[in-house]
Amino acid sequence: MLRRIPTGALIGLIITALFFLVAIFAHVVAPYGLGEIAGGVWEPMSAKFLFGTDNLGRDLLSRMIHGAQTTILIAVLATLLSFCMGAILGFTAAVVGGWFDTLMSRFVDLLMAIPTLIFGLVVLSVLPSTLATLIIVMGVLDSTRVYRLSRAVAVDLNVMDFVEAAKLRGESKWWVIFAEILPNALSPLVSEFGLRFIYAVLFLSALSFLGLGVQPPEADWGGMVKENKDGIIFGIPAALIPAAAIAVLAISVNLVADWILNRTTDLKGGRGNG
Amino acid sequence: MAETLLDIKNLRIEATTYTPGEKPRTITIVDDVSLTLEKGKVLGLIGESGAGKSTVGLSPMCYGRGGVSITGGEVILNGRDILKQGKNGIRKLRGHEVCYVAQSAAAAFNPVQRLMDQVVEACLTHGVANRVEAERRAVSLFTKLSLPDPDNIGKRYPHQVSGGQLQRVMTAMALCPEPDLIIFDEPTTALDVTTQIDVLAAIKEAIHATGVAALYITHDLAVVAQVADDIMVLRHGKMVEKGTTQQIIKEPRESYTQALVSVHHIEHQEKQPTPKPILSVKNVTAAYGNGIVKVLKNVSVDIHPGQTLAVVGESGSGKSTLARAITGLLPPQQGEVIFDGRKLSNKLADRTKEDLRQLQMIYQMADVAMNPRHTVGTIIGRPLTFYFGLRGAERDRRVKELLEEIEMGTGFIDRYPAELSGGQKQRVCIARALAAKPKLIICDEVTSALDPLVANGILKLLLNLQEIEQVAYLFITHDIATVKSIADSIAVMYRGEVARYGAKSQVLTPQFDDYTDLLLSSVPALELGWLEKAIAGRKMAGAGN
Repeated sequence: MLRRIPTGALIGLIITALFFLVAIFAHVVAPYGLGEIAGGVWEPMSAKFLFGTDNLGRDLLSRMIHGAQTTILIAVLATLLSFCMGAILGFTAAVVGGWFDTLMSRFVDLLMAIPTLIFGLVVLSVLPSTLATLIIVMGVLDSTRVYRLSRAVAVDLNVMDFVEAAKLRGESKWWVIFAEILPNALSPLVSEFGLRFIYAVLFLSALSFLGLGVQPPEADWGGMVKENKDGIIFGIPAALIPAAAIAVLAISVNLVADWILNRTTDLKGGRGNG
Repeated sequence: MAETLLDIKNLRIEATTYTPGEKPRTITIVDDVSLTLEKGKVLGLIGESGAGKSTVGLSPMCYGRGGVSITGGEVILNGRDILKQGKNGIRKLRGHEVCYVAQSAAAAFNPVQRLMDQVVEACLTHGVANRVEAERRAVSLFTKLSLPDPDNIGKRYPHQVSGGQLQRVMTAMALCPEPDLIIFDEPTTALDVTTQIDVLAAIKEAIHATGVAALYITHDLAVVAQVADDIMVLRHGKMVEKGTTQQIIKEPRESYTQALVSVHHIEHQEKQPTPKPILSVKNVTAAYGNGIVKVLKNVSVDIHPGQTLAVVGESGSGKSTLARAITGLLPPQQGEVIFDGRKLSNKLADRTKEDLRQLQMIYQMADVAMNPRHTVGTIIGRPLTFYFGLRGAERDRRVKELLEEIEMGTGFIDRYPAELSGGQKQRVCIARALAAKPKLIICDEVTSALDPLVANGILKLLLNLQEIEQVAYLFITHDIATVKSIADSIAVMYRGEVARYGAKSQVLTPQFDDYTDLLLSSVPALELGWLEKAIAGRKMAGAGN
């Protein structure tokens, strides 16, 4: 199985796994505490501070590691929420059809018509800034895309004879959705999950950069770019390191998602859903 | 002895498959096939799907479909080995010396060009004739192929003529550059039986009139017997038997050919109708699109317990719609369906679980009728859990019983549909229907996607199961031979109405109404000279062509 993975996907898989491991064991791995002021302001890279220190003299590497935990946790939870909501509503809309489908689809069109970032900014500036609100707002906004994809896949599957056979048997809508449609829609959804996860990371970073995401003293990558951005003028790379981390994670997850997509979709010469 | 036109020696054709995640593999599609064809003769190539008949048929054009290549042997056409020709040589050959008639004319024509432009294209490209001359030829061919309005039909677009006409236009296109050889690749398979007979007669007439040689590829022995001088039987890419048409259909030597010739000989004793039918369809009218397109008009039929009603008709006659109306997928506008003495709700959603259980359905395409992500065990087991609450070991035991009943064996329980052959898939679908212990099974063209021998196995199985389970069938088909094998009573449908209905012996004996006569006389019989007799004896012209 592992031997058949192309090099690109393998690299992506290893790096992604590394990021997740570091995030999970942040407290063990990080050399310094989250808010611990360990040295001077914007110290350069050294053996003591591998990536140097930040604008308040905290160890940048430790902040990065703790930041990975926050960023990845929020992104994963938001993506999970968006997939549960989007997929279930999308499948239901396709199977039930009629007014429910029309109502849901037009509502989703309405949400999608407003640029996500602006919509997110407005909502978050009104609501109290907690982790839960952040996850819910991100998840709901992202679920519109998942809804569109799942509905499109399910509409195709819904007219297959095996779904008709289940309906003739008298199966409930839930059986049709979870036992007949879901297993066949899984592969496009799994690869989409990777892509949506990356969008969630980028979206969260953008929000934090604008000051509406994760609030200090909690660390997250977008927020760290913001805290250290003034250093760039003085030639200090502290802001670039979290930015690079975002880029590396995005690319490696994309490599994995692309590989899964390649293996599972008909369009790219894979072996289809069968 | 006429001059030899085509001589294929020890042909070997291979293809490379690219299964994702595995190394590319070379598989042999055709192995050691030799044939000769004299000028003006017709050779029929016959075999089941995957026999390599199309692949052999395309070799005189030096063409292999997607990834297929000729790797051995010689193809000698007009005295030269065309496999040794360069690209230019082959280009000169195709459409000039050898022409091709495809199975689906509707897909083979360019939809945005007029028919005439496409018919004369090969003549112009090869410089055989100038435009005026080529069009004159085309019109004379249209006349020979008895197309209506031969002077003007070329001005139409492909979508403006019927399927049968389009197939004849394609034959004209192949004949236009006056080739030495034409390859007919299942030219009548996609057509209704009543249309097929006219196209077949036209093709035969045109072959005789022009003196062209032909390779006629088909899976239907009765069809090829009408047009071919010689027949070659292929199986798994190898030649089984070669002989004159007379010899193949009268005295086949090989057991496989014997099986092909006698494929439709199932004996079935017609049962007498009972006083109390299991299902009565009473004056049902159904329509699509908010009642605008009426597909069923006032249809009434009865099905008796443990018996088979065959509903037969050409495509568009409303036979599948009748099934949808009975199951409630398409609620009828008028009329009622009485099942086992009680009236069924028109809508599927209003029916009780018990009603649904007793009325099961089997589909034409077994591939898409089963969830590709469920195992055979889940597929057959689900109705057991759903209707009878069976679980665990008890359910497994019953699934195994059913697998035995459909003659497949218990080893299949963990397989996925993709790991089954076409016939096995259909058997699993039958088992799924039987699992519900129904009183009636609707079979919608269950054998039409299968090869004749496999289809025969399915029909025998269905008849056996009827004896054991005492289940009634509503058997929808377009194939009269199938009807003759299994029906107790027959309903002939034409344009949404029942044209003729009654016990099998009664429906199949004269006096016929015009449509039934056309339908019955259009079914190719496995005898020489049937075509001419059938055309001469018809009461009604072929419909829609």
